[in-house]
This record gives sequence, C-alpha cells and structure tokens, in this order.
Amino acid sequence: MQIAHRATGKNPLARFFFWRRLPRWSRRVAPIVSSLFILPSSFVLTSCGHREPPANITICNANEPESLDPHIVTGVSEMRITKALFDGLTRLEPRNAAPVPAIAERWDISPDGRTYTFHLRPNAVWSTGEPITSADVVWSWFRALNPATAGDYAGQLFYIKGAEDWYNGKIKEPSQVGIRALDDRTVQVELNSPLAFFLELCSFPTLAVVPRQVIEKHGDRWLHAKPLPTSGAFTLGAWRVNDKVRLLRNPRYWDAANTASEIIDVLPTGSPNTALNLYETGVADIVWDKDLVPSELMDVLGKRPDFHSFTYLGTYFYRFNVTKPPFNDARVRRAFALATDKNRIISKLTKGAERPATHFVPEGVANYSAATAPGFDPDAARRLLAEAGFPGGKGFPRVNYTFFGAAGGGAKLHGKVGIELQQMWRDVLGIAVELRQIERKVFYSSQSKLDYDVSMSSWIGDYNDANTFLDLFTSTSGNNRTGWKSDRYDALIKEANLQTDLQKRAEIFRLAETILIADEAPVVPVYFYAGFNYYNDAKIKGIWQNILDEHPMQYIYKKGRGVKGN
Amino acid sequence: MYFLRRLLSLIPLLLVISFLAFVLVRLAPGGPFDRERKPASPEIERQLQAKYRLDQPIWKQYIAYLGDLARGDFGPSLKYRNHTVTDIIAQALPVSLLLGAMAFGFALGVGIPVGYYTAVKRGRWEDYAGSLFSILMVCIPGFVIAPLLVMGFAIHWRLLPVALWASPWHAILPVAALGLFFSGRIARLMREGMLNTMQAEFVTAARAKGLSEHTLLLKHAFRLAVLPVVSYSGPLLADLLTGSFVIETIFQIPGIGIFIVNGSLNRDYTMVVGLVILYATLLVVLNLLVDFLYTLLDPRVKYE
Repeated sequence: MQIAHRATGKNPLARFFFWRRLPRWSRRVAPIVSSLFILPSSFVLTSCGHREPPANITICNANEPESLDPHIVTGVSEMRITKALFDGLTRLEPRNAAPVPAIAERWDISPDGRTYTFHLRPNAVWSTGEPITSADVVWSWFRALNPATAGDYAGQLFYIKGAEDWYNGKIKEPSQVGIRALDDRTVQVELNSPLAFFLELCSFPTLAVVPRQVIEKHGDRWLHAKPLPTSGAFTLGAWRVNDKVRLLRNPRYWDAANTASEIIDVLPTGSPNTALNLYETGVADIVWDKDLVPSELMDVLGKRPDFHSFTYLGTYFYRFNVTKPPFNDARVRRAFALATDKNRIISKLTKGAERPATHFVPEGVANYSAATAPGFDPDAARRLLAEAGFPGGKGFPRVNYTFFGAAGGGAKLHGKVGIELQQMWRDVLGIAVELRQIERKVFYSSQSKLDYDVSMSSWIGDYNDANTFLDLFTSTSGNNRTGWKSDRYDALIKEANLQTDLQKRAEIFRLAETILIADEAPVVPVYFYAGFNYYNDAKIKGIWQNILDEHPMQYIYKKGRGVKGN
Repeated sequence: MYFLRRLLSLIPLLLVISFLAFVLVRLAPGGPFDRERKPASPEIERQLQAKYRLDQPIWKQYIAYLGDLARGDFGPSLKYRNHTVTDIIAQALPVSLLLGAMAFGFALGVGIPVGYYTAVKRGRWEDYAGSLFSILMVCIPGFVIAPLLVMGFAIHWRLLPVALWASPWHAILPVAALGLFFSGRIARLMREGMLNTMQAEFVTAARAKGLSEHTLLLKHAFRLAVLPVVSYSGPLLADLLTGSFVIETIFQIPGIGIFIVNGSLNRDYTMVVGLVILYATLLVVLNLLVDFLYTLLDPRVKYE
C-alpha cells in the first residue's frame, strides 16, 4: 500500500523512490528496452499527424507501378496512370476507346496513307506553364527510340520510316527518320507503309510527349523532380512506393474544364481480398483490374449490379513447341486442339463472362472478320491422332504442360486449367501429360528458349486491331515462342499491313488466321478474357466499359464531389 | 572492446554475404527481363542488359557494385526503374521498423506475463488456459489470424480500418496479427525458463532463508528465466523489423517485406542483394545487442 501511495503521490521524488525499489538489473535494462518502443511510438504520433486532404475518388489498381515513365512502362496498370499524366498527339475517348485529338488538334493524312501531318493545339502547355511545341514531340519520340532509354515498347515506333534502323544504329542522321517538326506547331510523320491503327498508336504511352527539361537534368529519377511538368490532365501529387499514387487536376491542361475530379488516389493493391474489403467498407470507389477479383467469389460477385464485366482484348491459349516430336506433326497438334472442351473450362473454372475461343483474335476487335476452327470433336481428334501414328495414344512420348503458379490472384487459375486439360487429353486421346509448374521468370525464360512441350499462354492486345494478335506468330517475332515458321503466313501478314482497303485487309487476316488455328495449329485458343470493374453506378460517373479496358481518369467523378459540382 | 571487435568483424562478414547473394541470385534460372512479351527487337533486350551491366562477367559486375556500395548507393532497382534500391529502402523500411517494433512490443507485452503467470500457477486452470492460448497462437499462421481479425473488427463490427497505413488506428490490426504469433512463442519460452529457474538450488536456498515469494520470483527468478526470451529476441526483432510479406500484403502496408519476397521472384538482382545486406546487418547488430543485455542480466556472463 505504501509503495503504491508513493508512486502516485504528488512529490516528484516519489517516482524516483518507486524506481529505486525495482530490482537493480531491471533499472539497467529498462532504458534500452523502452527506447526500442518509445522511439517508434513517438514516430507514429508525429508521422501520422500530417493530414492529406481526402481524395475525390480512390481506385484499387493492381500492384505497385514498375515505373511511371510512359516510354518504359509495359503493364496495363501502369499505363492507366501514365495516360493521366502524359498525353500523346491523340488520346482515347472513354466510351468506345476511339482515338480523338489531344495535343494535336487536327491532322491531315496523305492519299497514300503514309504521311500524317499533325497540327498542335495552340493552347497545349506543360503543367508548369511552358508551351508544348513540335520540338517537344520530336524530342519525345526520339527519346523513346533511344536505345539508352531501354523501353521495351520502342518497337511501337518502328512503323515510322527509318525508326528501326535508327534504333539499331544503322542510320546516324536524324533527318533520315520520318519524324519532322515543320514549324513550332506542326509535326510530320512518314510511315513505312499505311497503318490502319496509327492514330490509335499515337495515344499509346510509348508515343506520349514527355518533358525534356527535367529528363535531361534528372535522368532515370526524373519522375521525382519537383515540380514535374506533365502534358496530361493530371499532375503527380505524390508517389509513395506501395502506398499510393496521388493525381491532382492539372489546371493548365488544355481541356482542364472537363476534368471531373480534383484529386484521385490510385492504390497499388496486390491482393484481391484486400481490394474487395477496401471496396466493401467504402475506402475504395473503383476496383478495376481483372486480377483483383477473388475467383472463389465469382459466382456471387458476378450477379451483383455494381459488378461490370465486358469483352476484353485478350486471349487465353496454349502453345506447342513445334521444333521436336511429337508436336512437329500438325495432326498431333490438331488432335490436341479437337480434344479441348473450351466450354468446360469456362463453366467449371473461370465462371465469369469469358467466351470460348473458336479463333485467336478476340471478338469485337476492329478491322477483323473471324476465321473458324473446328470445335470440340473427340472422334475427329482420335482419328487424327491415329493417322499420326498413335492410335489410342499408344506409343505417345511423355510430354509436359508447362505453366507458372502463384498463390493468389489471376495466376491461381493456370494450374487449374492445366489439370482440366490433362484430364481431357487423357479421356479423349488416351495420352498422359505431365504437369510442370515453374516460377514465373523461369517460365518466360523456358518459353523463349523453347524448353517445353505444351505451354500455358495468354496475350493482351496492345491496340484495337487484329494485327496486335496475328503478328505474334510471324517467323521474326520474339513473341512467337513456338518455333513455328510459315512463309505463307508471314507473307499474308505483310500483305495485309500494306493493304489500305480495310475490308480486303480483314479478309487477308482471315486467311492468315485460318492457317494459324485450323491448318497448322501451333497455338490453340481456349477462351477470350472478360474484363471486370466494380463500382457503384449510382455514385460513380464518367466510366464506361470497352474492349481496351480504357477508362481515362479525367472523366471519372463521384456524384456530388466532382469539380463542376455535379 | 569485445563489442567493438564484434562490430568490426561485421565488415568481412557482409562482404562474404553480399558476394554470395550477388552470385546466387544471378545463378537462379530466369532473369529480370524475362517477361510475357518480348521487345520488338533483340537489340532492345541487349540494351537493357547493357544499361544494368548484366552483359559483363559477374566478377566485374560485383566490383562495380562494391564501388557503388562504398558510396552508399545500392544501385537502381531492375524492376522499379524510376527508383533506386536506396529510395525504396528509405521509404519502406521505416514503415516496417515501426510495425515490427510495435509487434515486438505487443509480443513481449503479452508473451512474458502469460508465460510468467502460467509457470507460477503451474498445474492449475490458469496454466491450462494460458498454455492453450500460446499453443493456439503458435499453431495458427498469420494468414489465418489476419483475415479473421479483419472479418471481426473491420468488417463485422466496423471498429477498425480494413487495410492501408494512414493513422494509428490502421496499425492496431496488423500489429495484433503480427504480434500474436510471436507472443505465443515467447509465452512458451518464458514458461519453460521460469519452471527451470524455479527448480534451481538458489531459489530453494532463498526460500529457506524466508524471502517472500513475490520478491523471490520477480527479483531473482525472473531475471534468469527471461534469458531464453532475450536470446530469441535478437533474431525475432530482425525478422519483425524487416517486415512481413503476408501481413503487409493483407493490410496493404507499404513496408519492406513485400520487396524481400517480390524482389527475388522478379529477379530484381540489386534489390535482393541490397535487402540481404540490410537484413544481415540488422541480424548481427541485434544479436550483439542481445549479448550485451546478457551481461546485464546474468552476472555469470562476462565478455573479454
């Protein structure tokens, strides 16, 4: 009692006495141990004290962006952010993702379809106030084409005359590249051949206009420059790794009057369950990555009105390694294809709005008419396999189906699809296929080195045109990864891309695709991806579904919290 | 003097560790630029390799790396190309340090009293209840506890935020989820230590001399019984301070744990080596601190 009285007494010395009564060892240890907690706790109190204004819209975007440099980014989730920061000559409108004027207010196209003359908007300025000139555009494109920039997508500019040779150092004179500033406000671009999707390409991040003034000064860390001049509808308010990217409305943007929200927070969410929790508790307004939908809950979520699904520009498929037996025989490959019940994979595994893929290019792609390949046909499959010398699967060598595994997210599906395919091939063809699960980086490396027999694959198109799918399997493409080469196929793709009549072009593509999926079958399409966004229609406006999953952030606002008071 | 020598021995140790990490991560199959899509020209890939010196022999890369390291530069991240590894450590490590220190405090704060109490009440119902608690905590992994806590406190009762790292409230669930597991382990260590000490001769002697039970246990027995917990605390704290992949992912906390796991999955060579060096340093320094605490707690321990 006495001790307690002293300890709580008013005399400041009382505490000291209490201290003295503790065992001596603890008096020596206590300062060390307690400093371990007091330091961090005081840090909590001070660091959490600063308050940011709340965002108008909070979006769960997949994973921490690898980069926000539009010339370097490769992922869809990064591109969504870079497009808000840096405009191209064109941009995509939010409803159908068609290209519309951005930094260029209009353009003229030469009759042969090879020369584009862009007239820049006189009121296009950087967020820091300087005008955006044709010199900025030319400098940006040459930067994207500079090997030192080391952008994976530099190839998007190789459609321009001389660009590839410039990149490879075969041309030293910039004037031999078809990018020219005619005056301060006019840029002329000369292409190798007419290109049906060039205006759309001009909105692609690799062709975005970036600020020379800070890049030359800060190098790879230019995005940390303050202030950071941007050419798009937003400026970069904050970029904290794995915490958030905060976008602030750029008041100097030429179309700033139509930017609907003042502050948008983009959260790098890695786990679908966390995304759903954030959404359900009202922290996040929009979740818009297909990997952020917990597949276990698809049955329930798919039926909700705030769950929006749409056809997406992507195909899930598998590849054969055609460089060695047994898959060097097209009959074997076709037999495997015919034994694949695509509907079963959708109804049993993906359970969403995916569609069975009867061809390789997804439905709804521009400038395209679909080829057809025979569907699930067990009898025909067995006949073909017997013709190839393996009746009932007898004598068939041991082959593997290679895929990469992951504990969570969309990649969980790959193993399940593998098991399903394994079962189909066993039941229909009598063939035992071994499942080979490897790590993601090892997977892509083995796929490139053709170290597999059958390989899980997927492809998301870069732009809305059949070419982004069909040129994969030309013999020179680094993404072919099957060892399959066809002169006729190469010739058809080349011919199609020289054709200016879009209908004739689509017809040539159809012939090429028929070789790809029906005659030779180095790849077998399984299903077309469905995209998913979830947000409450009644509250969130300015967002639409389209095949490119393109949702320019400048149009999105929350009802009652938009800039224009709507 | 002894501790200074130990601290100096850290330098050759780190050299060996960093060299091993540097070589091993490069020997792993697959590389940082193996991706779903190949660049349009092999030249682009070659440029990427050249930009990050990956086209040079390993020993040359390592020497260049040591040169950068001497200037305190961990190099650019190969995955997060606008950040250097130093940038990322500077942003993410404080968050993990904070979370880890709080979880450590939680684990000790719960574990030591539970362990002490269960030992004192050995064989009574308090012992069984406390031991059940510690066994459960040791057996249930964080990826089960965390969603259960979220489900209860954040979604069902709406008392605490589900995720993110924005206010002290946001820290409660992750600290509990991370700390509970270790509190179970500490309680078990503490109980063992206490039981062993209580059978020691000096305790019997003290009791025979008529020392009050309270003084005896708290002042004399506890001091030795806590030693196993102290030696476990070094590696535990190093573990906690460098973040937890699971907890950081579930609560979307911008800590360093995510980078340790993803860095190796992404073959982000510079990131992996940088974080290995960081972790090794922490581990050595904290073990040193543990040894120092030993000299204070146990009069028999002396270092020359």
